Amino acid sequence: MSLVFAGICSHAPGITGRANLAEARLRDPFHAAYHRMGEQLLQARPDALVVVAAEHFANFFMTNMPSFAVGMADSYSGPIEDPGWLGIARTSIPGNAALSRQLIQEVMQTVDVSYAEEWKFDHGIMVPLHFLTPRFDVPVIPVNINCQGPPLTPLHRAWAFGEALRRAADSVPQRIALVGTGGISHWPATPDSGKINEAWDRELLDRWQRNDKAALLSYSDRETYREAGQGGFEIRTFISVAAAARGLGSVQHYAPIPIFAVGCTVAVMDVAA
Amino acid sequence: MSLFALQKVLYDLNRDPRVQQQFRSDVKGLLDGYDLSAEERSALASGDIGLIYVLGANGQLLMHFAAFLGLPWADYIQAMRDGVAKHGPVRDGIYAMTTQMDEKVAGV
Repeated sequence: MSLVFAGICSHAPGITGRANLAEARLRDPFHAAYHRMGEQLLQARPDALVVVAAEHFANFFMTNMPSFAVGMADSYSGPIEDPGWLGIARTSIPGNAALSRQLIQEVMQTVDVSYAEEWKFDHGIMVPLHFLTPRFDVPVIPVNINCQGPPLTPLHRAWAFGEALRRAADSVPQRIALVGTGGISHWPATPDSGKINEAWDRELLDRWQRNDKAALLSYSDRETYREAGQGGFEIRTFISVAAAARGLGSVQHYAPIPIFAVGCTVAVMDVAA
Repeated sequence: MSLFALQKVLYDLNRDPRVQQQFRSDVKGLLDGYDLSAEERSALASGDIGLIYVLGANGQLLMHFAAFLGLPWADYIQAMRDGVAKHGPVRDGIYAMTTQMDEKVAGV
């Protein structure tokens, strides 16, 4: 069929794990917007949900770090973290190995990807699923872009990957939803946790909403690290979604919530021809 | 320095319940399997979050280790600050501290 939904969202573990430490006036509108995005996603009646994530060494490590990896299993498990710490119970999540295989074969025509028949989800995928498909009943195809272990995947390759993913989604009979998750600026897992560069975030979101390829690809890692922290490297996931969807984006929620460590973001993008 | 090995311990520990079990029952035997400096070995065995942070371990690996050790969020953040105060700036990696020692941006 084709790509039937595209969006981006935050995934910081504090969103669920430290929900009780956040002010309700900040937390509740964000959680509500996140749930609404899930309703929109389900209204698109997807047969599978591709989650382009920036995982944090749950599966991939510097022994053998792929630029891109795609899951190819009939089921996954998560969260890898202590469930009490993350605030999400451990569960199994359905996949679709045959569909993964079809998508991977098509993506590989232009972008080299690794595949993985085992994949343990960390907060980077579990937090989005907790809000978007809370019954964990939509088959998920996990994707990882290396945003953690330098040398990182170049931004223009994240774009090329998004284009390949779109071509692959259009080549299968199933209805595919796509969600990219990461960033935006943040300094997670450091004493700086909670520092957020709102101006930088809003500029990035503006470029993303306009689907301005040149502007999205113009960031250097040096600049991103300085202005947006190591968490800013996760913009690769947003870039791949823009490349796949080809449309204009709409930010449905953005608000810095320091105890969650990020500018909490929910946005969707029209899928253009 | 063997930051790769230090991080590999954390990677294995974070994702494998059997490694977690051995960490609790036989940490010496577990760490014998990795090419670690004495400083790294001691930091891991004692759960010294501050020193592991300063040695340059990726923050995501370290955050999960802190959760495994049961550290409350505020204590984990403070342990990294204490590590920098005691041992100096982060020596490697991409998780350097950029805020001031008393600058609690998220209130913790």
